[in-house]
Amino acid sequence: MAEKVLMKGNEALAEAAITAGCRHYFGYPITPQTEVAAYMAKRMPKIGGTFLQAESEVAAINMVLGAAAAGVRSMTSSSSPGISLKSEGISYMAGCDVPAVIVNVERGGPGLGGIQPSQSDYFQATKGGGHGDYHLIVLAPASVQEMYSLTIKGFEIADNYRIPTMILTDGTIGQMMEPVSLDAVEVKQFDKPWSACGQRGRDHRNIINSLSLKPEELEQWNFDRYKRYEIVKEKEVMYEEFMMDDAEVCIVAFGIAARVSKNAIVEARKQGIKVGMIRPITLWPFPEKALKAAAEKCKAFVSVELSMGQMIDDVKLAIECKKPVLLCNRTGGMIMSPDEVVAKIVEASKM
Amino acid sequence: MTSSVIFAGFGGQGILFSGKVLATAGLVEGKEISWLPSYGPEMRGGTANCSVIISDSPIGSPIISVPNVVIAMNRPSLDKYINVAESGAYIFYDSSLIDEEITRKDVKAFPIPATKMASDSSLTGLANMIMLGKMVKESGAVSYDLIMDGLKKVVSAKHADKLEKNIKALDLGYNF
Repeated sequence: MAEKVLMKGNEALAEAAITAGCRHYFGYPITPQTEVAAYMAKRMPKIGGTFLQAESEVAAINMVLGAAAAGVRSMTSSSSPGISLKSEGISYMAGCDVPAVIVNVERGGPGLGGIQPSQSDYFQATKGGGHGDYHLIVLAPASVQEMYSLTIKGFEIADNYRIPTMILTDGTIGQMMEPVSLDAVEVKQFDKPWSACGQRGRDHRNIINSLSLKPEELEQWNFDRYKRYEIVKEKEVMYEEFMMDDAEVCIVAFGIAARVSKNAIVEARKQGIKVGMIRPITLWPFPEKALKAAAEKCKAFVSVELSMGQMIDDVKLAIECKKPVLLCNRTGGMIMSPDEVVAKIVEASKM
Repeated sequence: MTSSVIFAGFGGQGILFSGKVLATAGLVEGKEISWLPSYGPEMRGGTANCSVIISDSPIGSPIISVPNVVIAMNRPSLDKYINVAESGAYIFYDSSLIDEEITRKDVKAFPIPATKMASDSSLTGLANMIMLGKMVKESGAVSYDLIMDGLKKVVSAKHADKLEKNIKALDLGYNF
């Protein structure tokens, strides 16, 4: 294993993109993700890549669309309000079936909101965000190491299925430093015979487009895309189980909320409460089967999230409302303390 | 053992930097580490703080709600953290900037006139290292050798000329 280095989450993510072979980054500054752009600005010129600070978020995402359509690995990053601006372009990318990585280092909203960490873009990330029938694959790192490993994974998974992939994280994970091992990993590359990179001896030109004025055709495109989504749901679900073996109360939390929850679980176990956690690593596809199985043996669930309660809907759907689901939440840039989570665990244990 | 250390003061006092030196020392030792800064406008003249956890076991949340070491370099920071610190916590504060007595009896308080010491020794701007030196000596969060290793790693080759002064300031605090 390589020697560990101290890095910010945002920097580890940027380095991971470079490791994955991304040589085209288009961005626009916004707190708390600006380190990603700063890192790319420093590194890309040295390795023959392109760093471009676009005139706006809208421009940046369309540059990503263009680069991805030409078959190269490209990425953009922003924070919540910027992702709203990019959402039109993201919908077009989904419609064009072009793979790329989009990073959202969330901050409190709605509107211009604040700059402190949040998870309140869960709906936006997992339910579409832009218009039309589509999903992104959504990965939620909970450590600086995962900012590195999941970003590489994000590029692979996007290319494999031709689905834009989002890294959904927050200001805490982006800003914090932890030891990270930048192991030399073997990155999977994929042929892209569909890409618009010149005719290259083919008898036809590849056209990347999301427009179809024939409803029969557009319907078929959507059907085909949803078939790929089914494969992703079958093959790509990732989650971590923490102290679930004998758990009677199951916490569901991702990202920084899962980190706080780990402290709370250790504390609650000292009080004799059998509690564990399922931490979704893919938010879409959501680990429905793992939660459904947990519902067979747990008596209550607690959804811990930095929003007014968004993921909780998916928890209830996954367990088909068979067990009560409590909400432990803070919003607007506030983070719950482990004590607040313990209090909910105690409440859930008495149900 | 887990050290939960909060560094706090004004932006520009080197708060985040001292945290990074401590975190790097912990890294050299092979401990579990987290370093979490305040970010945004605070870094540009407002209050700044950073939380460093050094532990033998994996770290859950990087957020410190109950610190066992506090380094306060202005009064609002001391006021903010003195009340949440653990019983028995080490409280280090710059007494040349904070004219205040600690009333809590269950903490170990160390007033250090760091800003004055720094200017008296032609080390202006390095009060943070003086505070860090004293903190390492009293709390034992990391050893003297490790904090020196951490410092040498963090001060980049580009700023090698600054290393000597930082070492001097760290020693000044350590021997205070």
